[in-house]
Amino acid sequence: MNDTTAPTSLGQRLGQHRLLWPAVTLLLLLAVNASFNPGFLHLEWREGHLYGSLVDILNRAAPLVLVSLGMTLVIATRGIDISVGAVVAIAAAVAAWMIGGQVSGGAPRLPMAVAIAGALAAALACGVWNGLLVARIGMQPIVATLILMVAGRGIAQLITDGQIITIYYAPYFFIGGGWLLGLPFSLFIVAAVLVLLHLALRRTALGLFIQAVGINPTAARVAGIRARRLVVGVYAFCGLCAGLAGLLISSNVKSADGNNAGQLLELDAILAVTLGGTALAGGRFSLAGSVLGALIIQTLTYAIYSLGVPPEINLVVKAAVVFVVMLLQSAEFRATVRSAIRRPAVQELRA
Amino acid sequence: MRLNPKHLPLAATVSLFVLLASVGALRYDGFFSAQVFLNLLIDNAFLVIVAVGMTFVILSGGIDLSVGSVIALTTMVSAALVEHHQWPPLAVIALVLAMGTAFGAFQGLLIERFRLQPFIVTLAGMFLARGLCYLISIDSISITEASYSAISQYRLPLGEEASLSVGALIAIAVVLLAVFIAHCTPFGRTVYAIGGNEHSAVLMGLPVRSTVVGVYTLSGFCSALAGVVFTFYMLSGYGLHAVGLELDAIAAVVIGGTLLTGGVGYVAGTLFGVLTLGVIQTLIAFDGTLSSWWTRIVIGALLFFFCLLQRFFTSRPPRR
Repeated sequence: MNDTTAPTSLGQRLGQHRLLWPAVTLLLLLAVNASFNPGFLHLEWREGHLYGSLVDILNRAAPLVLVSLGMTLVIATRGIDISVGAVVAIAAAVAAWMIGGQVSGGAPRLPMAVAIAGALAAALACGVWNGLLVARIGMQPIVATLILMVAGRGIAQLITDGQIITIYYAPYFFIGGGWLLGLPFSLFIVAAVLVLLHLALRRTALGLFIQAVGINPTAARVAGIRARRLVVGVYAFCGLCAGLAGLLISSNVKSADGNNAGQLLELDAILAVTLGGTALAGGRFSLAGSVLGALIIQTLTYAIYSLGVPPEINLVVKAAVVFVVMLLQSAEFRATVRSAIRRPAVQELRA
Repeated sequence: MRLNPKHLPLAATVSLFVLLASVGALRYDGFFSAQVFLNLLIDNAFLVIVAVGMTFVILSGGIDLSVGSVIALTTMVSAALVEHHQWPPLAVIALVLAMGTAFGAFQGLLIERFRLQPFIVTLAGMFLARGLCYLISIDSISITEASYSAISQYRLPLGEEASLSVGALIAIAVVLLAVFIAHCTPFGRTVYAIGGNEHSAVLMGLPVRSTVVGVYTLSGFCSALAGVVFTFYMLSGYGLHAVGLELDAIAAVVIGGTLLTGGVGYVAGTLFGVLTLGVIQTLIAFDGTLSSWWTRIVIGALLFFFCLLQRFFTSRPPRR
């Protein structure tokens, strides 16, 4: 890094801001959408609800944003959690089983509050299990969470008995499909988690501790941070976020599918965190970046669908985006490009 | 004779396999027959081949998440070329093997050249290969070509009422070759050295960079070869083939006693890892009352058990 001088002007500071590139990417995607689809930015107030493509993107991105927030903290401590998709399936299955699938229209098997609490408790337990394996037994995070990733879907299928449980209890649909003050209710859940997390990380020393553990676990422990307890807490929070996402998803599609709920969600979440500028090596992290990353993924998906591009291309586009983003994050790649740009200039001088 | 602690995970895997097989033989009629055991190899031939490639990647301290998608892409390209373009089967097989090898080499180059995390590179590779499948077709393409069907149905007879498929024979050849590569070639020894400590390997003057690329290239080749075997097995190409196979392969490698931190493990262990997964499935199939999702839970529990065992018997790792 050559630039040691602190940026002075506002423009310079903006240019070096970590959220610059994620924000630019998102704006570009929105612009592409808006230019191909004139009604894209249009928002309409109808029957007391706010309608529009932007609201739709936010609403659909809600589960991914939640999971990405949990994943951000895990990655900040040098970990990774590839079990979140399975945890989503487990939470959805527990909620659906407790609400009761066979009871059509009438009373649920258990009160809804109990079902929600049960699902979140199951998700929390999954997170704590991951955290204990990583922090207490000292497994590599990817292996520790692989165990739950493999077994989790089996557990979810065990709860749903291998079937897709359809939920008939109407009040449950409010979580993922309801409206409050004209906005989708899921947005309020995401906002609440985001605000609480922001306060916890920035108003207390928690954020600093997490960064310290991510940069150097041993140094953090020597400095008096209870690194292990912190790591367990971080995985527990990640599990809880996945549980919330499971509630949103199952409520939105009015069913729980042990086999397919949350499929590939862990990969999307890791992608969102990476797009948001959080390095997988741990240490520095950005909550806002991860939210932007999740929105980028959802907007990209929306663009692919609305441009009439066959949805099959979705995966190829996503892969291309990941390749570009990770290359841009690599110091070696930037150095190679820089020298490739400079070399011809030198040859011109010689000639 | 004292058992070298290094061999303990391998010994545990082999004993577990023998134990599970004995339980099956005692509880179910017809379980203890040569064909049931040969079927383990026939039904899991592609998994053996992929897991062997994965073993080298994990021994070097990396990971390859793209293997399942590369299998799917291989089946898809094979089916499309043979069925829709009437290419000769041999040319198709040569082409898909070259494609898989190039795909692996590309990932290896990205990982080695730009110091990218193997996890993210192969994750993107996984998206890419699955996406390419859907670009070819979103539907399943079944293969009716004569020589493909002939190879698919061929069985090498072994004594009475027992036989092996072509895929299983290829898998055996791959395992033997891989054991030789791992233990008797400079490449194999370098892989172990990198997994043990990459920095030391560099200081020793070993060709670390080319070996890292080579490991992912090998894994790409193995995935494509597994894809060819899978094509014979399923006689169709489909973008949803082998979803989640990378996890089964990683699980097999771990259960086979290879350390995920790299540097310790055996190809033979991986073979028994796959056979153990297979015998669990066979047991559940023979039982008939247990549902298939128990397979996943049991595999998860086994993974947990073997990771604990590894923590217990390997030297104390750096503590957090």
